[in-house]
Amino acid sequence: MLTGYDAIVIGASAGGFAALTEILPRLPAALPQAVVVVQHLHPEGGEYMVESLRQHCVLPVKEAEDKESVLPGVIYVAVAQYHLLIERDRSFSLSVDDKVNYARPSIDVLFESAAVTYGPKLIGVVLSGANADGAAGLAAIKARGGLAIVQDPATAEVSFMPQAALNGTTVDHVLDLAGIGRLLG
Amino acid sequence: MDLLLEGIFRRYGYDFRNYARASMERRIRHGMNRLGCRQVTELTRRILYEPPFFQDLIDSFSITVTEMFRDPEVYAFLRTQVVPYLATYPFIKVWHAGCATGEEVYSLAIVLAEEGILERTTIYATDFNETALQTAQEGIYPIDRLKGYGQNYQKSGGRQTLADYYHAEYDSVIMTKSLKKNITFARHNLASDQVFGEMHLIVCRNVMIYFNRTLQERVLTLFDDSLIGNGFLCLGSKESLRFSDLVGKYKELDSHSKVYRKRRD
Repeated sequence: MLTGYDAIVIGASAGGFAALTEILPRLPAALPQAVVVVQHLHPEGGEYMVESLRQHCVLPVKEAEDKESVLPGVIYVAVAQYHLLIERDRSFSLSVDDKVNYARPSIDVLFESAAVTYGPKLIGVVLSGANADGAAGLAAIKARGGLAIVQDPATAEVSFMPQAALNGTTVDHVLDLAGIGRLLG
Repeated sequence: MDLLLEGIFRRYGYDFRNYARASMERRIRHGMNRLGCRQVTELTRRILYEPPFFQDLIDSFSITVTEMFRDPEVYAFLRTQVVPYLATYPFIKVWHAGCATGEEVYSLAIVLAEEGILERTTIYATDFNETALQTAQEGIYPIDRLKGYGQNYQKSGGRQTLADYYHAEYDSVIMTKSLKKNITFARHNLASDQVFGEMHLIVCRNVMIYFNRTLQERVLTLFDDSLIGNGFLCLGSKESLRFSDLVGKYKELDSHSKVYRKRRD
């Protein structure tokens, strides 16, 4: 478990759901951070994902709602078809602005807003995916003094997204899923 | 950023000060890239001294993308659960607040037409953005988006085919006159303007997510003051009255479609 951080933002795309199922159940009840997840998915698929994660996780899992406060020890999942942002007062806001990197929710949108809000108290994690979403966001987190973690592309189901994140900034930890789970949990 | 928004308010009267800040910052940064400004101070200076530049920026950060029959189940709910009540009134007033480029206004007009009450309904479709409002008023949309709209229309319980409501020409479609006849398009800014009539139904979807709680509460109060007793309020699928002081005055008819009914006082 890492201390000195208030939030963990995680971006996942193709192959990412399996990766999340590996990492999130390792997070303990006493986790001092809020966990916020963007998983690119089918427009209808959000509720199934929350249900499924809930069955595996110790921490409560819920959809992130507009204007809801971001609390430690909770796993929030971005709803389909809306961008998810974190405001300065540490509450969520949603948007239906254009897709970013062909995605809504976009990982970059979450990461960049969270970087402004949390500065050095933020951990960003980029997992498996076939898209470059998350690379700019992770760079923004690093630029504000946060911690960057990327799934080792060699171990990812789809290596493109973690590789793009590695190419985009200086990453602190490149680990397989078990390693990420141990570091955060 | 505060200075920029304060300046825009004083110079032009557009009040973005209580917009949700994270989205606003994204849009402004996006506008800066598009307009070739590197610093917020440069942007602020040009906005304050060059009105056309301001109009350009406003367009870039306030036009939201929407679609016809977005969230088809909402229109199905309005058709089957709300329209039968509306039909009991001799004249019906509907306010579609924040109508953007109008796709959802025409969707609602189609529902009311098919249920036989459009003739005695006036739909007030408002937005603060004149460019968007002009598009809405013209009712001209790119033809390539219509396929998806047609599917939405069918899912919403449409009785005919969407093609009955537009004429195609080259790569665009224009919505039929019979739908427009009962729609009044007007400029109205939810952040600063007032009540303008008594409404039976207010539709305001995916607008309040862009506001902070203070502005949300102002807008909901404006809606409450505009709605008759037993009137209906339809919000975006991810918006709710949950955080509002007004929650007790409304009954949630459907948690998924976010349709509320005002209790009779």
